Amino acid sequence: MTQPRVELLFWEGCPSHPQALAQLREAMQELGLDADAIEVRHVDTDERAEAEGFVGSPTIRIDGVDVQEPGDEPTALTCRIYHRRDGRISAVPDPADVRHALHTAITTRSRK
Amino acid sequence: MTTAVGTEAPTFSLPDTDGVEHSPGDAPATLVVFTCNHCPYALAWHDRIAAVARDYPNVKVLAVSSNDAVRYPRDSYEAMRERVQAEGGWPMPYLYDETQDVARAYGAKTTPDCFLIDAQGRVVYRGAPDADHEDPSQNAAWLRDAIDATLAGSAPATAQTTPVGCSIKWKD
Repeated sequence: MTQPRVELLFWEGCPSHPQALAQLREAMQELGLDADAIEVRHVDTDERAEAEGFVGSPTIRIDGVDVQEPGDEPTALTCRIYHRRDGRISAVPDPADVRHALHTAITTRSRK
Repeated sequence: MTTAVGTEAPTFSLPDTDGVEHSPGDAPATLVVFTCNHCPYALAWHDRIAAVARDYPNVKVLAVSSNDAVRYPRDSYEAMRERVQAEGGWPMPYLYDETQDVARAYGAKTTPDCFLIDAQGRVVYRGAPDADHEDPSQNAAWLRDAIDATLAGSAPATAQTTPVGCSIKWKD
Protein backbone atom coordinates (compact mmCIF):
# COMPACT_ATOMS: atom_id res chain seq x y z
CA MET A 1 0.00 0.00 0.00
CA THR A 2 1.42 3.36 -0.97
CA GLN A 3 0.95 6.20 1.42
CA PRO A 4 -1.25 9.08 0.20
CA ARG A 5 0.01 12.60 0.65
CA VAL A 6 -1.69 14.05 3.70
CA GLU A 7 -1.64 17.79 4.40
CA LEU A 8 -3.04 19.72 7.34
CA LEU A 9 -3.07 23.48 6.91
CA PHE A 10 -3.91 25.67 9.88
CA TRP A 11 -4.05 29.26 11.07
CA GLU A 12 -3.10 29.89 14.67
CA GLY A 13 -6.00 32.31 15.22
CA CYS A 14 -8.27 29.29 15.31
CA PRO A 15 -7.87 26.86 18.20
CA SER A 16 -9.14 23.73 16.45
CA HIS A 17 -6.03 22.41 14.70
CA PRO A 18 -4.67 20.31 17.61
CA GLN A 19 -7.99 18.43 17.72
CA ALA A 20 -8.01 18.05 13.94
CA LEU A 21 -4.43 16.78 13.92
CA ALA A 22 -5.16 14.27 16.68
CA GLN A 23 -8.21 12.96 14.82
CA LEU A 24 -6.26 12.78 11.57
CA ARG A 25 -3.41 10.87 13.20
CA GLU A 26 -5.86 8.44 14.77
CA ALA A 27 -7.62 7.83 11.44
CA MET A 28 -4.31 7.22 9.68
CA GLN A 29 -3.13 4.81 12.33
CA GLU A 30 -6.42 2.90 12.09
CA LEU A 31 -5.76 2.45 8.37
CA GLY A 32 -2.15 1.42 8.86
CA LEU A 33 -0.72 4.67 7.52
CA ASP A 34 2.30 6.54 8.86
CA ALA A 35 0.84 9.47 10.79
CA ASP A 36 4.28 11.04 11.12
CA ALA A 37 4.18 11.73 7.39
CA ILE A 38 1.47 14.38 7.77
CA GLU A 39 2.59 17.67 6.26
CA VAL A 40 1.54 20.37 8.71
CA ARG A 41 1.70 23.93 7.41
CA HIS A 42 0.91 27.21 9.13
CA VAL A 43 -0.90 29.73 6.96
CA ASP A 44 -0.25 33.14 8.44
CA THR A 45 -0.94 35.77 5.80
CA ASP A 46 -3.75 36.60 3.39
CA GLU A 47 -1.28 36.18 0.53
CA ARG A 48 -0.32 32.70 1.67
CA ALA A 49 -3.98 31.79 2.18
CA GLU A 50 -4.68 32.75 -1.40
CA ALA A 51 -1.65 30.90 -2.72
CA GLU A 52 -2.62 27.76 -0.79
CA GLY A 53 -6.33 28.01 -1.64
CA PHE A 54 -6.85 28.07 2.11
CA VAL A 55 -10.51 28.69 2.99
CA GLY A 56 -10.13 28.28 6.74
CA SER A 57 -8.48 26.45 9.58
CA PRO A 58 -8.07 23.54 9.70
CA THR A 59 -7.95 22.32 6.11
CA ILE A 60 -7.08 18.68 5.47
CA ARG A 61 -6.21 17.40 2.03
CA ILE A 62 -5.58 13.82 1.03
CA ASP A 63 -3.68 13.53 -2.22
CA GLY A 64 -4.73 17.12 -2.85
CA VAL A 65 -8.43 16.49 -2.27
CA ASP A 66 -10.14 18.40 0.54
CA VAL A 67 -11.93 16.14 3.03
CA GLN A 68 -14.94 18.46 2.77
CA GLU A 69 -15.54 20.11 -0.57
CA PRO A 70 -15.05 23.85 0.11
CA GLY A 71 -17.34 24.96 -2.72
CA ASP A 72 -17.05 28.68 -3.44
CA GLU A 73 -15.69 29.62 -0.02
CA PRO A 74 -13.29 32.56 -0.33
CA THR A 75 -9.72 32.17 0.89
CA ALA A 76 -9.24 33.75 4.32
CA LEU A 77 -7.49 33.56 7.66
CA THR A 78 -10.47 32.27 9.57
CA CYS A 79 -11.87 29.25 11.31
CA ARG A 80 -13.51 26.84 8.95
CA ILE A 81 -17.09 25.69 9.41
CA TYR A 82 -17.60 21.94 9.16
CA HIS A 83 -20.81 19.95 9.24
CA ARG A 84 -20.84 16.66 11.07
CA ARG A 85 -22.72 13.80 9.47
CA ASP A 86 -25.46 14.23 12.07
CA GLY A 87 -25.89 17.87 11.06
CA ARG A 88 -24.02 19.51 13.94
CA ILE A 89 -21.74 22.42 13.16
CA SER A 90 -18.16 21.81 14.16
CA ALA A 91 -14.75 23.44 14.00
CA VAL A 92 -13.19 20.19 12.75
CA PRO A 93 -14.21 17.68 10.06
CA ASP A 94 -16.27 14.67 10.97
CA PRO A 95 -13.77 11.86 11.70
CA ALA A 96 -15.86 9.62 9.43
CA ASP A 97 -15.26 12.04 6.55
CA VAL A 98 -11.52 11.97 7.22
CA ARG A 99 -11.46 8.18 7.26
CA HIS A 100 -13.53 8.09 4.08
CA ALA A 101 -11.15 10.47 2.31
CA LEU A 102 -8.13 8.43 3.39
CA HIS A 103 -9.77 5.19 2.31
CA THR A 104 -10.72 6.66 -1.06
CA ALA A 105 -7.14 7.81 -1.63
CA ILE A 106 -5.73 4.41 -0.70
CA THR A 107 -8.20 2.65 -3.02
CA THR A 108 -7.46 5.02 -5.88
CA ARG A 109 -3.73 4.51 -5.51
CA SER A 110 -4.09 0.74 -5.36
CA ARG A 111 -5.91 0.74 -8.72
CA LYS A 112 -3.14 2.65 -10.49
CA MET B 1 -7.91 46.22 28.38
CA THR B 2 -9.99 43.46 29.95
CA THR B 3 -13.12 43.73 32.00
CA ALA B 4 -12.42 41.47 34.94
CA VAL B 5 -15.00 39.62 36.98
CA GLY B 6 -16.04 41.83 39.89
CA THR B 7 -15.43 45.09 38.07
CA GLU B 8 -17.96 47.45 36.56
CA ALA B 9 -19.05 46.48 33.06
CA PRO B 10 -18.53 49.13 30.38
CA THR B 11 -21.77 50.62 29.21
CA PHE B 12 -22.56 51.10 25.54
CA SER B 13 -25.27 51.74 23.04
CA LEU B 14 -25.26 49.75 19.81
CA PRO B 15 -27.78 49.29 17.01
CA ASP B 16 -29.50 45.98 16.40
CA THR B 17 -30.33 44.65 12.95
CA ASP B 18 -33.41 46.90 12.85
CA GLY B 19 -31.41 49.96 13.83
CA VAL B 20 -32.79 50.06 17.38
CA GLU B 21 -30.21 51.00 20.01
CA HIS B 22 -29.63 48.69 22.98
CA SER B 23 -27.61 49.04 26.18
CA PRO B 24 -26.83 46.77 29.10
CA GLY B 25 -28.64 47.36 32.39
CA ASP B 26 -32.21 48.01 33.53
CA ALA B 27 -32.62 44.28 34.15
CA PRO B 28 -31.91 41.82 36.97
CA ALA B 29 -29.01 40.61 34.81
CA THR B 30 -27.56 41.33 31.39
CA LEU B 31 -25.72 38.81 29.27
CA VAL B 32 -23.40 40.29 26.67
CA VAL B 33 -22.22 37.68 24.18
CA PHE B 34 -19.64 38.55 21.57
CA THR B 35 -20.46 36.43 18.55
CA CYS B 36 -20.45 36.55 14.76
CA ASN B 37 -21.71 34.91 11.59
CA HIS B 38 -18.65 33.15 10.27
CA CYS B 39 -17.20 31.25 13.23
CA PRO B 40 -17.99 27.53 13.76
CA TYR B 41 -17.75 27.90 17.53
CA ALA B 42 -20.19 30.82 17.56
CA LEU B 43 -22.54 28.96 15.23
CA ALA B 44 -22.35 25.75 17.22
CA TRP B 45 -23.18 27.53 20.47
CA HIS B 46 -25.77 29.87 18.97
CA ASP B 47 -28.85 27.73 19.59
CA ARG B 48 -27.87 27.22 23.22
CA ILE B 49 -27.43 30.94 23.77
CA ALA B 50 -30.73 31.65 22.05
CA ALA B 51 -32.35 29.08 24.34
CA VAL B 52 -30.96 30.96 27.33
CA ALA B 53 -32.54 34.14 25.99
CA ARG B 54 -35.89 32.38 25.66
CA ASP B 55 -35.69 30.60 29.01
CA TYR B 56 -34.75 33.71 31.00
CA PRO B 57 -37.07 36.46 29.77
CA ASN B 58 -36.07 38.72 32.68
CA VAL B 59 -32.40 38.57 31.64
CA LYS B 60 -31.39 41.03 28.96
CA VAL B 61 -29.35 39.10 26.39
CA LEU B 62 -27.34 41.15 23.92
CA ALA B 63 -25.48 39.43 21.08
CA VAL B 64 -22.68 41.66 19.75
CA SER B 65 -20.74 41.29 16.51
CA SER B 66 -17.46 43.20 16.48
CA ASN B 67 -15.44 41.61 13.68
CA ASP B 68 -13.80 43.62 10.93
CA ALA B 69 -16.45 43.41 8.23
CA VAL B 70 -14.09 44.66 5.52
CA ARG B 71 -11.83 41.61 5.72
CA TYR B 72 -14.70 39.36 6.82
CA PRO B 73 -17.75 40.40 4.78
CA ARG B 74 -19.85 37.63 6.30
CA ASP B 75 -19.83 39.70 9.46
CA SER B 76 -21.10 42.88 7.83
CA TYR B 77 -24.14 44.67 9.19
CA GLU B 78 -26.05 43.65 6.09
CA ALA B 79 -25.04 40.00 6.55
CA MET B 80 -26.14 40.18 10.19
CA ARG B 81 -29.51 41.51 9.09
CA GLU B 82 -29.89 38.81 6.46
CA ARG B 83 -29.03 36.08 8.93
CA VAL B 84 -31.55 37.20 11.55
CA GLN B 85 -34.20 37.48 8.84
CA ALA B 86 -33.33 34.08 7.34
CA GLU B 87 -33.59 32.48 10.78
CA GLY B 88 -37.02 33.97 11.40
CA GLY B 89 -35.85 36.41 14.03
CA TRP B 90 -33.80 35.91 17.16
CA PRO B 91 -34.94 35.95 20.80
CA MET B 92 -32.23 38.54 21.50
CA PRO B 93 -31.03 41.60 19.59
CA TYR B 94 -27.96 41.19 17.38
CA LEU B 95 -25.88 44.34 17.77
CA TYR B 96 -23.25 45.75 15.43
CA ASP B 97 -20.06 47.04 17.05
CA GLU B 98 -18.67 48.67 13.93
CA THR B 99 -15.90 50.61 15.70
CA GLN B 100 -14.94 47.57 17.81
CA ASP B 101 -14.89 49.92 20.82
CA VAL B 102 -17.22 47.69 22.82
CA ALA B 103 -15.17 44.54 22.20
CA ARG B 104 -12.06 46.47 23.18
CA ALA B 105 -13.68 47.89 26.31
CA TYR B 106 -14.70 44.41 27.43
CA GLY B 107 -11.45 42.80 26.38
CA ALA B 108 -13.37 40.25 24.35
CA LYS B 109 -11.05 37.65 22.85
CA THR B 110 -13.15 35.17 20.95
CA THR B 111 -16.52 34.40 19.46
CA PRO B 112 -18.27 33.51 21.57
CA ASP B 113 -17.09 35.31 24.69
CA CYS B 114 -19.77 35.76 27.38
CA PHE B 115 -20.02 38.44 30.06
CA LEU B 116 -22.81 38.21 32.63
CA ILE B 117 -23.55 41.48 34.41
CA ASP B 118 -25.59 41.77 37.60
CA ALA B 119 -28.21 44.39 38.41
CA GLN B 120 -25.51 46.62 39.91
CA GLY B 121 -23.58 46.61 36.66
CA ARG B 122 -20.72 44.37 37.78
CA VAL B 123 -19.37 41.49 35.71
CA VAL B 124 -20.15 38.30 37.61
CA TYR B 125 -19.25 35.68 34.98
CA ARG B 126 -16.94 35.72 31.99
CA GLY B 127 -16.10 32.88 29.65
CA ALA B 128 -17.59 30.11 27.54
CA PRO B 129 -21.26 29.06 27.56
CA ASP B 130 -20.35 25.51 28.58
CA ALA B 131 -17.59 22.94 28.30
CA ASP B 132 -18.03 21.73 24.71
CA HIS B 133 -19.23 23.50 21.59
CA GLU B 134 -19.81 20.14 19.90
CA ASP B 135 -22.15 18.80 22.57
CA PRO B 136 -25.61 20.42 22.53
CA SER B 137 -26.56 18.47 25.68
CA GLN B 138 -24.23 20.77 27.62
CA ASN B 139 -27.05 23.30 27.23
CA ALA B 140 -24.96 26.37 28.14
CA ALA B 141 -24.71 24.97 31.65
CA TRP B 142 -22.00 27.36 32.84
CA LEU B 143 -24.04 30.34 31.73
CA ARG B 144 -27.26 28.98 33.23
CA ASP B 145 -25.56 28.26 36.55
CA ALA B 146 -24.16 31.77 36.64
CA ILE B 147 -27.52 33.30 35.72
CA ASP B 148 -29.38 31.23 38.33
CA ALA B 149 -26.94 32.30 41.03
CA THR B 150 -27.09 35.95 40.01
CA LEU B 151 -30.88 36.02 39.94
CA ALA B 152 -30.87 34.39 43.39
CA GLY B 153 -28.62 37.19 44.67
CA SER B 154 -25.51 35.07 45.12
CA ALA B 155 -22.18 34.86 43.36
CA PRO B 156 -21.78 32.18 40.67
CA ALA B 157 -19.84 29.17 41.94
CA THR B 158 -17.69 29.44 38.83
CA ALA B 159 -17.16 33.06 37.89
CA GLN B 160 -14.63 32.62 35.13
CA THR B 161 -13.90 30.06 32.45
CA THR B 162 -11.67 30.25 29.41
CA PRO B 163 -13.50 31.60 26.38
CA VAL B 164 -13.15 29.25 23.43
CA GLY B 165 -13.70 30.17 19.83
CA CYS B 166 -12.45 32.14 16.85
CA SER B 167 -10.33 35.16 17.62
CA ILE B 168 -12.06 38.52 17.25
CA LYS B 169 -11.06 39.91 13.87
CA TRP B 170 -9.56 43.31 14.67
CA LYS B 171 -9.18 46.06 12.14
CA ASP B 172 -5.58 46.79 11.12
